[in-house]
Amino acid sequence: MTPSTATSSTDTTVRARPGGGRIGDSPVRPDGIVKAQGGFAFSSDLPIAGAAWGATLRSPHPYARIVSIDTSAAWAIAGVATIITAADVPGRATYGLIAADQPVFASDVVRYVGEPIAAVAADHPETCRRALAAIDVTYEVLDPLIDPETAIDGSHPPIHPDGNVLRAQRIVRGDVDATGDVVVEATYEIGMQDQAFLGLEAAVAVPDDDGRGVELHVATQWLHEDRKQIAACLALPEESIRIVLGGVGGAFGAREDISLQVHTCLLALRLGRPVRMAYSRAESFLGHVHRHPATIWMRHHATSEGVIVKIEARFVLDGGAYASTSSAVLLNAITHTQGPYRCANAIVDGWAVRSNHLPCGAMRGFGVVQACFAHEGQMDRLAEACGLDPVEIRLRNAMSTGDVLITGQVMESVAPVARCITETAALPMPTTPIGEAPGGPGVIDPLLLPGGAGLTADVGHVVRGVGWGVAMKNLMYSEGFDDYSTARCQLADGIATIKFATSEVGQGFVTIAQQIARTVLGVDVVVQEPIDTQIGSAGSTSASRQTWMSGGAVDAACRAVRERLFEHVGARHQIDPLRLVIDGTDVVDPLGDLRVPVAEATAGQHFDETLEYHHRPTEELDENGQGNCHTAFAFVAHRAVVDVDPELGLVKVVQVATAQDVGRALNPLSVRGQIEGGISQGLGLAVMEEIIQIDGRIRNASFTDYLLPTFLDMPDVELTLIEEPDPQAPLGAKGVGEPPCISVTPAIAAAIRDALRTFDAGDGGRRRDITRVPVRPSDIALA
Amino acid sequence: MSEHYRLHVNGSSHDVADGWIGESLLYVLRERLGLLGAKGACEQGECGSCSVLVDGDLVCSCLVLAASAVDRPILTIEGLAEPGAPTDVQRAFVDAGGVQCGFCTPGLVMAAHALLDRNPEPTVTEIREQLSGNICRCTGYGRLIAAVQEVAVARGAPRA
Repeated sequence: MTPSTATSSTDTTVRARPGGGRIGDSPVRPDGIVKAQGGFAFSSDLPIAGAAWGATLRSPHPYARIVSIDTSAAWAIAGVATIITAADVPGRATYGLIAADQPVFASDVVRYVGEPIAAVAADHPETCRRALAAIDVTYEVLDPLIDPETAIDGSHPPIHPDGNVLRAQRIVRGDVDATGDVVVEATYEIGMQDQAFLGLEAAVAVPDDDGRGVELHVATQWLHEDRKQIAACLALPEESIRIVLGGVGGAFGAREDISLQVHTCLLALRLGRPVRMAYSRAESFLGHVHRHPATIWMRHHATSEGVIVKIEARFVLDGGAYASTSSAVLLNAITHTQGPYRCANAIVDGWAVRSNHLPCGAMRGFGVVQACFAHEGQMDRLAEACGLDPVEIRLRNAMSTGDVLITGQVMESVAPVARCITETAALPMPTTPIGEAPGGPGVIDPLLLPGGAGLTADVGHVVRGVGWGVAMKNLMYSEGFDDYSTARCQLADGIATIKFATSEVGQGFVTIAQQIARTVLGVDVVVQEPIDTQIGSAGSTSASRQTWMSGGAVDAACRAVRERLFEHVGARHQIDPLRLVIDGTDVVDPLGDLRVPVAEATAGQHFDETLEYHHRPTEELDENGQGNCHTAFAFVAHRAVVDVDPELGLVKVVQVATAQDVGRALNPLSVRGQIEGGISQGLGLAVMEEIIQIDGRIRNASFTDYLLPTFLDMPDVELTLIEEPDPQAPLGAKGVGEPPCISVTPAIAAAIRDALRTFDAGDGGRRRDITRVPVRPSDIALA
Repeated sequence: MSEHYRLHVNGSSHDVADGWIGESLLYVLRERLGLLGAKGACEQGECGSCSVLVDGDLVCSCLVLAASAVDRPILTIEGLAEPGAPTDVQRAFVDAGGVQCGFCTPGLVMAAHALLDRNPEPTVTEIREQLSGNICRCTGYGRLIAAVQEVAVARGAPRA
């Protein structure tokens, strides 16, 4: 009873052109054509005979006590197959990535609008909808915790048995009494952003015949972590649960936590037949974690030459109702207080707290997005106070390899911060006037003015501004977590077969993995086995880690197989295997005249190796925030050019230029795709995207009301890759997924400030500031 | 409340039996006819992932009642080309790096074909405007614009 199309999503074997598709090339995605033709099976595309539809009943209140749940009317509806509540969870009643503090179903208290209370299975989605409406839940509404400060000062009673503070962490470094000639401070706010992947949450659970196991096809970022949490809730051994990666329509952090996995399995096991669940867009906004809204105060002390002396900061991250990864997001935020700049003295207080808002967790950039918006605002303030331009202040403070971070950790990664800045500055500026298309006919096109098709802005009122943002981002997991990856490589008859549990979420790891195998083994054909839990963990597709970690694992497994191959060839030809190398598609002895095609050398042979790749160990922070907590770092600079209508508060982002430290571009086209896509999401946070909650209720849970960048919102991107291979990285390549979306947001905000400064210079000393993102029209026009 | 009607999809006639009259064209294509290429991502006509042609018009199939499309020719991504024999637009999307997660891709392919049929030599601004009903969350659109431009140039090139 396996979904018939379930394996087609990973059945993507393609033959590279002979000798092509190696590391450094840009071969096309192996799944590209099937995706472009609509044949790729996403987790929503797994119809299966006899499957029931599942759906979830959710809380309408941000905080309430459940007095009673009456399902009798729902049971009476024709077509309803089963209804389950907390009482039907056989194992652990809660789950969570770091702390298991979130109920599978709320039974006594609901803590956010959208919290699951029950699930139904029925013959049609419409039957499910009517059944959910027929479940009668009586609530005693409680006073919600809305203001995170009341969680910190203790004035709101605990809303969870684990308390209202998810993590409090301090960093104290150097001379905390140090002061500078120049002191600037401000408070910055970052709104709640949604990952807004297009492929909605969807899964199919197929119970094993005896009901003591289940196969789950699901779009997820981390198969083995899902399996661990599901097993605990189902009270089944992990081996009884097989997870197969359903095609993933984007992730960006939102698929790291459990959403519908446990519910789908519970319904299927209860019914003894397959169950499909699929969220609507409105439900998706409730059903996954979001980027933490944050309030960050920073005070920078510097010499009159603009050299940073000390940074003081206080971070408050609203984690929402449950812990998810809040403690790790906070760690990232506070340890990136300094950004990519040297700083000897620091005192930082960080708080991640619980509230009756939507739970927050992972989103691309993971805490560093919030920190970067604040530290880059501060760099511009310092520049102005010191009479320097934004590029000069950043170059004067730019970090290098060997510098000591505010955690005491030595920067051991390649750290080309100054190069990122100078190479970004060297990229061309837009040359066409406001409102005109590059290379166009030289006339104003209203579509290219702020406000676009609304035809609101008049070109005479529009001002252009330029702004900068530079970021440091940690790669891989931190604080002692060994987030290893596993890969298997087989080689027979000139064909390599690779297997791993690495979630392909769209980023293109399946392409990179084949490039690695072709390069190491000298083959053209690489078969990719299904991505499932029939091999060890690959860790999560997050934290910019899979090229480094799973790339390292694939590389290691292929190299182990290559050793066996060389031993075999060496024995056959009486040559020391250590003399042999791969050249193109041949095994070659460079010191002699042996040259054997890999296909010939492996005829009738079968080499098979499985290896794990582990990065170097890290440490937890101590009570003063000191410790080697991070694995490695990458850097990036962004320069944004925007056109602003200061009276209407409208913004058009015209161009973003960027130079990114990538270590080594294994697939330059893929890297470009990550950079342009990341810039789009960072632009969204800068000027468009925010989940609005009023009194704990989400007000814009749709794509009509939650605005995403379209073709018309996306600017031209000028980019350059900084390739300084990192000796720590197995292939010299750093992760490239997160940096693009981090410093582009402050760069756009800074460009808006710059335009307003220009405009207001002629306005009798009016002085507008921008200290929150997304920047709303009212933040500009009414400031 | 069940209905019986026929839909003309990709050149063939399909029976829809026992459907609920409230079902969208997207739901019927996917769940009743097994044509899974059109994707549901917003259910409000904002993202274009479910784009198909009805009577030659590009529509969001999530906003069209299936029963209202009776007797009108419907073209879905599956009807554009045989598996393994992609159209020039499909090939260009892949070659230019315009496909990442791929969830928006079928809808965008439909929209790009409709655009190029209407306007064989679009400017960049015209590409942006006429594809702005299709949201892509992965690519930032740059490679998609490049792909459409490449197809326009290739189609306009004098044939050898």
